[in-house]
Amino acid sequence: MALYRNGTFVTDAWSFPPDNAPLPAAGAVALTKARFLAERDALRDRTAPVGVVLVAGDTLDGLVDDLPNLALVAIRFPKYSDGRPYSLARLLRDRHGFAGEVRATGDVLRDQVALMLRAGFDALEVTHPGTIAALRQNNIVAVRHHYQPASAEASETRPGPRPWRRVSAALS
Amino acid sequence: MYRYDEFDQTFVQERVAEFRDQVARRLSGELTEDQFKPLRLMNGVYLQLHAYMLRIAIPYGTLSSRQLRLLASIARDHDKGYGHFTTRQNLQFNWIALREVPDILDKLASVEMHAIQTSGNCIRNVTADHFAGAAADEVADPRPYAEILRQWSSLHPEFTFLPRKFKLAVTGAAHDRAAIQTHDIGLQVKRDETGALGFAVFVGGGQGRTPMVAKQIRDFLPEEDLLAYCEAVLRVYNLEGRRDNKYKARIKILVHETGEQAFAQAVEAEFAALKGKTLTLPADEVDRIGAYFASPAFASLPGRSDVLDRAVANDPDFARFASRNLHPHKATGYGIVTVSLKPVGTPPGDATAAQMDAVADIAAHYSFDEIRVSHEQNLVLPHVRLDDVPAVFAALRNAGLATPNAGLVTDIISCPGLDYCALATARSIPIAERLTERFADLDRQHDIGDLKIKISGCINACGHHHVGHIGILGLERRGEEFYQITLGGSGDEICTIGEIVGRGFSSGEIVDAVETVIDTYLGLRTSPQENFLAAYRRVGEAPFREALYAAAG
Repeated sequence: MALYRNGTFVTDAWSFPPDNAPLPAAGAVALTKARFLAERDALRDRTAPVGVVLVAGDTLDGLVDDLPNLALVAIRFPKYSDGRPYSLARLLRDRHGFAGEVRATGDVLRDQVALMLRAGFDALEVTHPGTIAALRQNNIVAVRHHYQPASAEASETRPGPRPWRRVSAALS
Repeated sequence: MYRYDEFDQTFVQERVAEFRDQVARRLSGELTEDQFKPLRLMNGVYLQLHAYMLRIAIPYGTLSSRQLRLLASIARDHDKGYGHFTTRQNLQFNWIALREVPDILDKLASVEMHAIQTSGNCIRNVTADHFAGAAADEVADPRPYAEILRQWSSLHPEFTFLPRKFKLAVTGAAHDRAAIQTHDIGLQVKRDETGALGFAVFVGGGQGRTPMVAKQIRDFLPEEDLLAYCEAVLRVYNLEGRRDNKYKARIKILVHETGEQAFAQAVEAEFAALKGKTLTLPADEVDRIGAYFASPAFASLPGRSDVLDRAVANDPDFARFASRNLHPHKATGYGIVTVSLKPVGTPPGDATAAQMDAVADIAAHYSFDEIRVSHEQNLVLPHVRLDDVPAVFAALRNAGLATPNAGLVTDIISCPGLDYCALATARSIPIAERLTERFADLDRQHDIGDLKIKISGCINACGHHHVGHIGILGLERRGEEFYQITLGGSGDEICTIGEIVGRGFSSGEIVDAVETVIDTYLGLRTSPQENFLAAYRRVGEAPFREALYAAAG
């Protein structure tokens, strides 16, 4: 497993304790939505960052008010052809102005990396060796001209008069 | 016609480069066929029974002669010399080598074409009325909106992995030639009481194993909200659509299970949050796209053409052609010509490279360089001077393309069926061929009048049998093909799903059965002006069922 964030591989400071395991005393922890909601009040006393892990099928219902206090929302792709995490990421960024890390986990493959970044993911948890190699070698061939505004507005330019066009920088 | 600018050209070339990289990884073995499959489907490459099939997008069915010539050259250089026009206004090549696909895509890009999203669980090629911009009954040309939707939906990062495929169609006329109510989203361009342009929005139509007529969830959507509203529909579908069962994954099932009102409310709530932001269409940008589709410079002509009238009077073959394949045009002195791809005894929608070249030449000469592909698998010359129609007829006849059967019993829609398709349960093209042979007599065809026969080789209904006046569905039972007949379907503005009339027929019986249905109609119609569908709607299925099954007991 390797964590790719903002164009480079980094070490992962987050831990993901199972629902039935006690929380570590210190350090950033990310919990399932159910556990987070159940232990929300106690978690407010924690000084270390707290995050939530969503799986496809989860909604943001019940979480929206907590988003300003969360440093991470990880969304799991059960398989790369399940597109629900893209909509969740976009809602987090565009609807709710979530500024923390939005991490793709699960079936994260090189051919979807560009789409994920445009949908608002800024971190990818990658296990697929070919994808890790391609990201390391900066060897991902992707389309950089886009016909629709998405959720990477800060990193994209707007060429010409048509307001829906965007251009992203090459993956690096 | 729309023309690519530098941005559009770069986009398509980047997509070719991306796909070339994916093909290279497949050919090197880095990707297994299973891993490659969703990637190739995103770019229109299917693995069929015998070979790879490449489906090329023809956005809203509009082609220039240059583009059609290029398609002809691909047919010659990379296929067996012909191509197949589909019910979604696309073109399929059925005998393609995977390693050649990236080069074919490069050639397509050179004439502003591509194969993006012609398959896969994404937003497919946007279709439109094949008479758009020419029809006499049009409120506004739907193609600028179809082009805007094409752009917005191209490689949309949020909607590339939907629960299932998603099809949009746009019509600009109240008489619906684009079958919008059988689409996931159907848009009808209309004006409100102030004269402003907008859309009636239909959602959740579709065929397949659970045919449904779309529900109208908006009576009038202002033009500027087109993309925001479509994004809202797609987001609700992407999040809520079923992913547990491929056969229940289309939006029609979501609309059905959620309920029309609750679904509309969910869309409206999402739309309320998207409205007025980055997806709002500025009027000047809509106009700028619209300008690409401005009418050609029509000459000022009289409404009657002596040349045409003389040809009708003197040449019975031409008279027949003109009575079926010539349609009213919005400009006085012009007509719309249907080029039938349904001659007797050949697969519906097939055209040879030579025929494509011939149509390109005729269009360049007589139709302001424009060709349309209809969802009924014919070609259309949208802007022909009435004076020129006899010459166009002669040129089409030289190319074997002057069959005077538009809208008649032999103008059959058929999917490729078991001859090509890995999903099919029965053959469909041979049934279509035998029907055209049975009804080859033109006097008989013209006597029968308007009749849409549609044939699908499996329950997925690519041949649109549910909305055929006579629908034929090919199935398989214990190794034997058999064919179910549905009656009374229609894909136009009064959209209905055909009703199954009874037990199916064997391959040997089906042509006789269709003939029985047609003879029954001929016997009960009130006059030749009462066409098959009208007669069926008057009398119901009982007389047809009786005629089909009474003899058998």
